[in-house]
Amino acid sequence: MKFTLNGDTLDITAHPMKRLLDVLREECGLTGTKEGCGEGECGACTVLIDGAPVCACLVPFAQARDAEVLTIEGLGGEHPLQQAFVREGGAQCGICTPGMILAALVLGERPSIEKLRAGLAGNLCRCTGYEAIYRSVAAAYENRGTRERGNAGT
Amino acid sequence: VVLLAHEDREKLLEAKVTIEYERTDPVYDPEQSSKVLKHIVISKGDLAKGFARADLILEGEYRTGHQEHVYIEPNGFIAEPMEDGGMTVHGSLQCPFYVHKALKALLDLPDEKVRVIQTEPGGGFGGKEEYPSMIASHAALLARKSGRPVKIVYDRAEDMWATTKRHPSIVRHRTGVKQDGTLVAMDIAVILDGGAYVTLSPVVLSRGCIHAAGPYRCANTRIDGRAMFTNTNPNGAFRGFGAPQTEFAMEAHMDRIAEALGMDPVRLRTKNALKPGDTTATGQTLGSDCSALMVLKEAVKRSGWNRKRRAFKGSSRGIGLALFYHGSGFTGAGEVRLASKCSLATSEHGVRILVASTEIGQGTRTMHAQIVADTMGLPYESVEVAIPDTQGVPDSGPTVASRTCMVVGRILERCATEMKERLGGMSPAEHFRQHGATLITKQYEPPPGIQWDDQSYEGDAYATYSWACDVAEVEVDPVTYDVKTQKMTVVHEFGRPIHPVLARGQIEGGTAQGVGFASIEQVVMKDGAMANAQLTNYTIPTTLDTPRMDTIMLENPYPYGPFGAKGVGEIPMDGPAPAIVNAMRHIGLDIRQVPATPDIVMRAAVNWPLAANGQLPTASPQS
Repeated sequence: MKFTLNGDTLDITAHPMKRLLDVLREECGLTGTKEGCGEGECGACTVLIDGAPVCACLVPFAQARDAEVLTIEGLGGEHPLQQAFVREGGAQCGICTPGMILAALVLGERPSIEKLRAGLAGNLCRCTGYEAIYRSVAAAYENRGTRERGNAGT
Repeated sequence: VVLLAHEDREKLLEAKVTIEYERTDPVYDPEQSSKVLKHIVISKGDLAKGFARADLILEGEYRTGHQEHVYIEPNGFIAEPMEDGGMTVHGSLQCPFYVHKALKALLDLPDEKVRVIQTEPGGGFGGKEEYPSMIASHAALLARKSGRPVKIVYDRAEDMWATTKRHPSIVRHRTGVKQDGTLVAMDIAVILDGGAYVTLSPVVLSRGCIHAAGPYRCANTRIDGRAMFTNTNPNGAFRGFGAPQTEFAMEAHMDRIAEALGMDPVRLRTKNALKPGDTTATGQTLGSDCSALMVLKEAVKRSGWNRKRRAFKGSSRGIGLALFYHGSGFTGAGEVRLASKCSLATSEHGVRILVASTEIGQGTRTMHAQIVADTMGLPYESVEVAIPDTQGVPDSGPTVASRTCMVVGRILERCATEMKERLGGMSPAEHFRQHGATLITKQYEPPPGIQWDDQSYEGDAYATYSWACDVAEVEVDPVTYDVKTQKMTVVHEFGRPIHPVLARGQIEGGTAQGVGFASIEQVVMKDGAMANAQLTNYTIPTTLDTPRMDTIMLENPYPYGPFGAKGVGEIPMDGPAPAIVNAMRHIGLDIRQVPATPDIVMRAAVNWPLAANGQLPTASPQS
C-alpha cells in the first residue's frame, strides 16, 4: 500500500488492520513514535496524517492509504521546537516528547497559553508538570529558536 | 504461574492455560489484617506530661489512596542468554545492581556471568526501582529455557495490574496544643497497606514515620507505624516513599488545629516550625541547613496569601498551604551500609564518569557531567558519562531517595578534585596520551558527626533535609463538586540547584504528580486487584488539570553536597495534596482524605451552607 512518510513515497506490505503505530515502528523502522497506552489516551503515539494529529495506536494502516504521514523523524532533529524542548527542559524522560512536539506543531507559531493548553490536553506528560513544555513552545518561536541559552533559569 | 514466549506474539493469544485456584478468605483492609510486616516506634519526651500541659487536644484520622506511577513508557526487558551460560539483560530500570543481585540468585550465577545494561527508561518515579528485577527474571527464565533472546514489554493494562503502587495509608493524630499554638504533645499512629509481599515496605514505612511529625518542634512525640500484609497488589517505592502520606496527615491536621484555635494557619506554623538548634522527632539537632521559616515566609509573600485569604472568604475559591521537608539520601545508616563507589577515568577525549546511577529523565547524566567539569575546570563537552552497565561501572547505589545529586554527585566531586591534582595542570586527553588511562575510585563518606541508632530509631535520620512550602488556590464547582487547582506557588530550598532548568523540572513535575494524588488519581480495587487498569479511567493530570505554577528556588548551600546541593527529586511530591485539601478547608469543606474526588467533596459538603441552591457567590474578580 502506498503512502507518503516524512516526504518519501513508500509502498509497504502489511495487514490493512495493523495499527499504524506498529507499521511505523516495525515495517518502517521509525521508533520515534511511542506507545504509552494503546488506547488513544496518552498521545505518545501522535503523528500527523495530512496535517492533522492522530493517535497512531488507533489508526488502522488502511487509513493511511495515499495520505501524507509525518512522524517526529520528519522534523529532522533541528526543528526550532525540537531545539527549544532540549534547551528549556521540555523533555525529561522523552517518551511523550515526539507526540507533544507534533501536537504543538499544528498549533502554529506563538500560540496563546489558552490555545496551547487546550491543544496539548490530549498528550500526557508525567515528568514536567507541563510548565517547561509551555516555556519550550514559547521559546521555539522567539528568534526562531536559534538562541544559545534558555530563558528558563533561576 | 506460567511464562509463555513465541516469536510471533499474536500466536500467544491462542495459548490456553487452565489454572486451578483454591480460594481462602482474603483480607483487603490493612486494619483487619493480623499480619504485621514491619513495626516502628519513634519516641521522644513524655507524652502524658505533654498532654497534661495542653489547653486543647485535637484528634483526627487521615487517609490516602493507592497511586499508580504512570511512567509513560511501561516496563520492558530483553534477556539474552550467553554462550558461557551467563545472562545479559537490557531494560527500563532505575537500579542496575538490584536486577544484578536478583538474577544472580535466580540463575545461580556468579557476579561476572550476569550483566545488566540500562536502556534509558521513559520515566521511573520509583516504579522502576524494584519491579524490574521481577520482569528481568521472567525474561531471563524464558531466555535460559529457549536458548534465545526474549523480549517482554508490558502493555499499559499489564503494567498497572502487575507492578507496585504507592501504599495507601491511614494516619491518626492526637495532638496537645497550648492556646498560643505551641505544640506540646503529638501521638501519631501510621498504618500502611503493604499488599501481598514485603517489597520495600519496611523502608517506606521508615521514611513515612520519620516524616510523620512534620517540620515542627514538639518536646513530646510518639510515632507508632505499622505496615500490614493484605491480599492485594504489593505496594512499593513511589516518589516520596511514605512521606507524602504522613506529611499529608500532619499538614491537614495542622489546619484543623489552626481552625480549632481560631488562628491563621501561617501563624500556627510560624510558631512551631523547626529552626536551627531544634530537634526533630528522632532527636536530630538541626543546623543552619534548616530553612522551614524561610520557605514559609517567601511562599506567604509571593502568593499574596494574606490578601487572598481575605478576598476568597465566603466564595467558591480557597487558598491553603502546606509546609514540608524531605530527608536527602538513604535513611539512617543506609548510606554507610550501601558504601557507594564512583569512578572517574581519563580517556582520549577527556574524562569518563563511571557510575551505576541512571538517567530516568531527571538529568543524572547532565548534572554529574557538570559537577565533574566544573570541579576540574574542563569544558562540559570533554566529560563523557558511561552507560550504566554492571560489567563496566562500580555500584554507586540505586537511583532513588533524592541521593543521585547530593550523595553520588559528592563522591564524583571528590573523584574530580583528586583527578585534577593527579593531572598536574595537563589536560586529561593529553595525560591519557602520555601516561595511559588513570582511574580514580572513591567511596561514600558520611558528613562528620552523623549518629543513628537503628534499634531505638534515635539520631540523625538523614544527613540533611530539603524544605518547601506550597500554596494552592482552588475553585470548587458547586454543582459537580469538581475541584480545580488553578495555581500553585511552590517555594523550595534544596541547597543549591546544579542545573536550574532541570531542577525546576523536578519541582514542577513532582508538584503535578502531587496534584493528581490529591484530586483525580484513584485506583479502584476489586478482589484485591486494580479494576481500572487503563488510562481511560485511571486519569493523570493533563494540561487542563495541572495548575499554573510559580516556582521559586531559594538557596542555602549545604557544605557536604556537591556545590552546595541537597536532594530535590522527591520533596515536590509531599506538599500539593495537603495544600489543596487545606484550600478546600478555607472554603468550608472538611476533607481528610485523598484523592478528594467529587463524591468525597459532595459528602463533605452535606452541611455546607454555601452549597444551598447549588449556588456559590463568586470571588472578587481581582487576583
